[in-house]
Amino acid sequence: MKRDPAAGMTASTPHGVWGRRLVVLIPYFWLAAFFLVPFLIVLKLSLSETAIAQPPYLPQFDPAAGLAGLKEFIGGLSLDNYRLLLSDWLYLSSYLHSLTVALISTALLLLIGVPLAYGIARAPRGLQPVLFVLVVLPFWTSFLIRIYAWMTILQRYGLLNQALLGLGLVGEPPVWLSTDTAVIIGMVYSYLPFMVLPIYATLEKIDHALLEAAADLGCPRWKAFWLVTLPLALPGVIAGALLCFIPIVGEFVIPDLLGGSDRMMIGQTLWTEFFANKDWPVASAIAVVLLCLLVAPIVLYQQRQARALEAGR
Amino acid sequence: MANVGADSKSSHSKSSPGSTSARRTFAPWADPAARPALRFDGVSKRFSGVSAVDNLSLDIFDGEFFALLGPSGCGKTTLLRLIAGFETPDAGRILLDGEDIAGVPPHRRPVNMMFQSYALFPHLSVEGNVAFGLKQDGLSKAEIGARVAEALALLKLDRLGKRRPSQLSGGQRQRVALARALVKRPRVLLLDEPLAALDKKLRAQTQFELMHLQEKLGLTFIIVTHDQEEAMTVADRIGVMNDGRLVQVATPPEIYEQPNSRWVADFIGDVNLIEGTVTDADAGGIAVMSQSAGKLRAAPSREAKAGATVWVAVRPEKLTLSHERRAAEENCAAGQVVDIGYLGDLSVYQVRLDSGVVMKVALANRSRLIERPVGWDDRVWLSWPPAAGVVLTR
Repeated sequence: MKRDPAAGMTASTPHGVWGRRLVVLIPYFWLAAFFLVPFLIVLKLSLSETAIAQPPYLPQFDPAAGLAGLKEFIGGLSLDNYRLLLSDWLYLSSYLHSLTVALISTALLLLIGVPLAYGIARAPRGLQPVLFVLVVLPFWTSFLIRIYAWMTILQRYGLLNQALLGLGLVGEPPVWLSTDTAVIIGMVYSYLPFMVLPIYATLEKIDHALLEAAADLGCPRWKAFWLVTLPLALPGVIAGALLCFIPIVGEFVIPDLLGGSDRMMIGQTLWTEFFANKDWPVASAIAVVLLCLLVAPIVLYQQRQARALEAGR
Repeated sequence: MANVGADSKSSHSKSSPGSTSARRTFAPWADPAARPALRFDGVSKRFSGVSAVDNLSLDIFDGEFFALLGPSGCGKTTLLRLIAGFETPDAGRILLDGEDIAGVPPHRRPVNMMFQSYALFPHLSVEGNVAFGLKQDGLSKAEIGARVAEALALLKLDRLGKRRPSQLSGGQRQRVALARALVKRPRVLLLDEPLAALDKKLRAQTQFELMHLQEKLGLTFIIVTHDQEEAMTVADRIGVMNDGRLVQVATPPEIYEQPNSRWVADFIGDVNLIEGTVTDADAGGIAVMSQSAGKLRAAPSREAKAGATVWVAVRPEKLTLSHERRAAEENCAAGQVVDIGYLGDLSVYQVRLDSGVVMKVALANRSRLIERPVGWDDRVWLSWPPAAGVVLTR
């Protein structure tokens, strides 16, 4: 019998086994320490009683009381904060507004990002790195500065309105700043690279022979884009859409600087609860619901993928 | 190879009715009245100044299995891509059934290609891949379903219809690619190195399947290959290409037994080339005086004139070895065995003649010779019949 010498060595030396386990454990430890534990803290906070002033919030777990203490602790938890979220239109409207803005922005990002990525992927080999750098170039200036720049572009006598007036397209300068349009412009501008890069990565890997095969089988070019290119780029398109949609829902800076004060996005509501109202339990409840809203589509998508894979076998 | 599917072959040779041996009569290229299915008329194609196809003219006939054979980079794949429409010729015309197809885009050409990489759509099932071309033609669902099922059955893929290409073996993928190209019943089917990715046994088996399929469907096949055995096995005619030109176009036996140049003789199989001067040329044969092997006598040739420098080509398997000198004066040379390669079915002997030239001799191992009658360093005589020698002037 032949044995893989490398496998034999790692199996026989406990050092190797532990080394390998450690490598696997590091990311789990990272997730536990910096995601799971903070999440549990927020979850507990969200189930606590609203109290003005600062922590600790009730109920408190007393380890000295043992099992009885644990029972008392669990009994003390309440869903009141979640009931509040449902009963007050302010919160629901914030969620809806965030989802709407995120949906519109993501749709626009797809409309702009897919052709842009396709263009880069089809450009001559030598030109591709240059175009690639151009997409990433805005990252070299501070995010805040770029948003402030948009404020000056979109203000009443900013660059945009001066251009529109100069061209005679409008008589009166339209209001851009402090509207949802401004927020969406800001979102699309800021998140475009996150849409373009994953789509470009998948497009670039598509074998050109597949498009020749499609043409050979009677499929015109424009149709091959829908039947071959886009389905093959779908993982990149979905990755790009998720990479944009999720942070846009929770975005705070862009709506705060470019948006109006009449309807807040959920990130702004969250900020207000935490820092203006100092109501950490309600703020935590908002955060937990937001997380559930964002995790649900990803889980659904992955389940569908797994099922599709099963069906293929 | 001679009698496989011979009957279906004869159905294409409309020009010669009442024939009994179909393979021999399927020779539309010999019939001046026959109209070619595909005609290259002085076609040239250059890539950034380098000539890939150079002023090439060729006729391919209906129902023919034509092989383009040549070393890599000889332009054979470019020729195929010109037919498919992926490249456009710089000069010359390509005529399909007499019509110039210059302006026709690839998706409107009635030809289909099987790609070397197979180019199967990874996001579609086997059925989806095979149905792809039919859907483009706007056929009804029922007809598409029936034709896909037929094509899958033809290539023994019935049970694999729902699988994705990534879940198939190399041989299965090859058959899906073939089914996808065949299902549209193209006017000409183009096969770009279709068997290159298969292992040797499977390749040999698939070669015969390919022939059966072509004969059964009666389609015109053009195969590109660098494997001479493959070309010899499957093709009615072989076009040997080098540097963008067709060096010789002929049936497999003609290519092997009647090469028209030293390059073809050397490219197809093994050959011994002996240089000499023609001393006498007549209808009975050609006498050549060579420095390396003495007096030679070869099959008659029109091109050889007395006094000309020529090369006599003799295939290794047409030579015989013996310890004693035969009575003949011509085609007889003495030498020493310097190397023996035992290949199982035959043994290849390298014999250094007294003049220093090394000749290759292939002998079939008819009996189980554990003790070889001819061994290393033996002094031996080589001889061959006059008909085995082909005189080449180029």
